[in-house]
Amino acid sequence: MNMSKKEYAEYVKNLEPASPHLKNFIKAFLIGGAICILGQILLNMYMSFGLDRDNASAAVSITLIGLSALLTGFGIYDKIAKHAGAGTLVPITGFANSIVSEALEFKSEGYILGMCANMFKLAGPVLVMGISASIFYGIILLFL
Amino acid sequence: MEFLRAFLVGGLLCGIGQILIDRTKLTPARILTGYVVTGVILSAIGLYGPIADFAGAGASVPLTGFGHLLAKGVKKAVEAEGFLGVFKGGITASAAGISASVLFGLLVSVIFKTHEK
Repeated sequence: MNMSKKEYAEYVKNLEPASPHLKNFIKAFLIGGAICILGQILLNMYMSFGLDRDNASAAVSITLIGLSALLTGFGIYDKIAKHAGAGTLVPITGFANSIVSEALEFKSEGYILGMCANMFKLAGPVLVMGISASIFYGIILLFL
Repeated sequence: MEFLRAFLVGGLLCGIGQILIDRTKLTPARILTGYVVTGVILSAIGLYGPIADFAGAGASVPLTGFGHLLAKGVKKAVEAEGFLGVFKGGITASAAGISASVLFGLLVSVIFKTHEK
């Protein structure tokens, strides 16, 4: 296909509204994948320090959670999240982001009933359902 | 190669989440709880273990990996301790992530102020 830059720009523009979902998918894929690569780099690093795989994995979680909490504090994580959608929501960093976001939002209502009470507004359900599911699985295992 | 595998599997898990956001009316909270519970189920039926072996951080960083961690912990604890393991296993395995979330969540929230959205 032969077209000038201007024609091409128009062509792309015409395509865009038709597939915002595809664009969102690609952005989520790229950014989410990039966070996982960062996780893999950290995992290899901690394993080279002599940690076994489970402990290295725990150390990766701690690092990513700390990093994400800090980036959320600076307002950077939410800027990335605007583009990344599920790409920054699904990784463990999104979990930490939700905790800090809710805590900051309710800080003005006091430290205990505002900040602490609302910290786990989104993360809480994740813990409740996840832990309950694992307990349910444990009960099944007892009878197997 | 392990970076490519982590990227592809981690990216795909996030891409699926994006499709759920765009095509369904599920809220982020429901999607995240769904991911964790799915991780527990996939781990319980023996599917997530091989994915985790294949993808490394690509499987452990997304929240399904958190579910896998809970399920793996319960399985190990039940095998070792029986009934008590049902209550101890999940949180024991995921203790680092949960404690880090509380600590960093608290520290950052105390230090920083909320941002304009």
